[in-house]
Amino acid sequence: MGTRIMSYAEAVADALKIEMRRDPRVYIAGEDVGRFGGSFGVTGYGVFAEFGPERVRDTPISETAIVGHAVGAAAAGLRPAIEILFMDFLLIAMDELCNQAAKVHYLFGGQLKCPLVLRTAVGAGMGTAAHHSQSLEAMLCHTAGLITIAPATPYDVKGLLSSAIRDDNPVVFLEHKMLYAQKGEVPEGEYLIPIGRADIKREGSDVTLVCWSGMVRQCLAAAEDLEKEGISAEVLDLRTLIPLDKEAILESVAKTHRLAIVHEACLTGGFGGEIASIVADKGFDLLDAPIKRVAGPDTPVPFSPVLEAEFIVKADKIAAAVRELLG
Amino acid sequence: MAVGRAVDRETLLALYRTMVRIRTFEETAHKEFLKGEMPGFLHLYSGEEAIAVGVMSVLEPDDYLSTHHRGHGHLIAKGGDTKRMFAELLGKADGFCKGKGGSMHIADISLGVLGANGIVGACVHIATGAAFACQYQKNGKIAVAFLGDASTNRGTFHEALNLASIWELPVVYVVENNHYGVANPQSEHMRIKDIADRAAGYGFPGVVVDGNDVIAVREAAAEAVDRARGGGGPTLMECKTWRHWGHFIGDAATYRDPVEHEAWLKRDPLILCAEALRSREWATEEDLEKIQAEADVEMVAALEFAKKSPYPSKDELLTDVYVD
Repeated sequence: MGTRIMSYAEAVADALKIEMRRDPRVYIAGEDVGRFGGSFGVTGYGVFAEFGPERVRDTPISETAIVGHAVGAAAAGLRPAIEILFMDFLLIAMDELCNQAAKVHYLFGGQLKCPLVLRTAVGAGMGTAAHHSQSLEAMLCHTAGLITIAPATPYDVKGLLSSAIRDDNPVVFLEHKMLYAQKGEVPEGEYLIPIGRADIKREGSDVTLVCWSGMVRQCLAAAEDLEKEGISAEVLDLRTLIPLDKEAILESVAKTHRLAIVHEACLTGGFGGEIASIVADKGFDLLDAPIKRVAGPDTPVPFSPVLEAEFIVKADKIAAAVRELLG
Repeated sequence: MAVGRAVDRETLLALYRTMVRIRTFEETAHKEFLKGEMPGFLHLYSGEEAIAVGVMSVLEPDDYLSTHHRGHGHLIAKGGDTKRMFAELLGKADGFCKGKGGSMHIADISLGVLGANGIVGACVHIATGAAFACQYQKNGKIAVAFLGDASTNRGTFHEALNLASIWELPVVYVVENNHYGVANPQSEHMRIKDIADRAAGYGFPGVVVDGNDVIAVREAAAEAVDRARGGGGPTLMECKTWRHWGHFIGDAATYRDPVEHEAWLKRDPLILCAEALRSREWATEEDLEKIQAEADVEMVAALEFAKKSPYPSKDELLTDVYVD
């Protein structure tokens, strides 16, 4: 299979096109996903051009209808790939996602499946303030029945989106808006990355940095800086949060004996706490130092460039936490 | 139970029989609940039977439904097995949902019943989405949402009806207006008298129907169903009715005017249908008694089945969370 350099946004579009060609039950619905090409331009990479308004459906600004109708459509045999423009807007449709999509399989004793994928843009960095910048993955991870995926590279985003669309469970697929323009080598044809499998993005022996989504880049930058000081950091990209690859986390900690968990979301109640708890429970004897969490502050995401930059966890903050662990 | 469109003797008897079966199911559940042998909440459909039965009588067997917390009647009218329904109400392994859903989530997906629902107003989206799937697949099926008067105040109602309108979906929204949202009278939760008026905001027809007259419901439903199936888009059908009991069993409904309550009881849909049968000389007292007796026998046996059904194994707690 040939490869091509493409952006994260193009890789998303590539997966959508492959899956829509493969399965006529797959359709897209969301705000301005049609002729306009999507507010982040994803469906503009030939998705609407190839499949037209029947399968790439513009909706009104009606988040509960976007998610809610998809539950009914999935129940009646389709495989919706819906888009909620910003994850912040998903809060409007939490009943449809968390009470309906996540629960129908269980509530009806396994009679009904809800194979839908909800793509949404997460994260800060664009100066879009508190209503267009949040990372709310912890809420999703707390809801049984949902799968939550948060890829960090063009290669991962394409392979995982194909897997998500073929999965019979409701999947929330988090695309970091600061990654859409990032480029990387991506196979041109179809390939699948298994859901629930973490990936070591950089091998190391002194400390494990567990991360996902936008924080993978920051962890890689931190690891590079630390290497100059003779510290070898392993960067473990979870890629999928639920189901969580606990084995990969414990294996890495068994090798490095030190753990820092890095996420962009606010510290309190963040998914890092869950990972720390698992390692404290199952890997206590592996640890040579306390577990560190490096996370966003417990504040809304601010607007001013100075304040927003202060909010987002960067490589220097991660490196400082690692030095503390090794100190 | 799709039957011929003309209301002939056989059809009306079939409608009556299903209404009696629903009422008897509900009364049996009521008694069992008061004995303390049924867990959870129980919302009875008694008094509203003509709506489910009238609408279902003009649907095809594989059309879709999405309903609400007061959902036993819809499932029976769509052909649900009362044995497995009682088993679900008792949380038993033979229940439609293996005892994981209970009264408020009762569903037989194989009949196109996409579930009762514990969230007021959630069914509107589910039926709308199912209708979209029918249109997308061009399979000739339609979807029906059964919802209460108070749920039309939810944002989901607006978003779903608007989407159905612009996408011209094959869907019928049946509002069962029993005049109270729990204890809150309609006059206090909306300024309009006829909820059907809300359809004007979406550019499709809204009709007011006597929800206690099964023939009237059937006729209005036939028109709405034909419109949906023929590509004419959605209809909002408001069926005026009255629940015989409180919002749930345990609610004495002291907020209702006793005089009004008595007047509605005289217009019990079963009484009206029995009268229609008698006046046409399509049924004797004996015929009607026989229908009731058969329903009694069915429900005794169904409850007995449910009582004998085992509880789910404790392992079931952890199954069906995800599709493997």
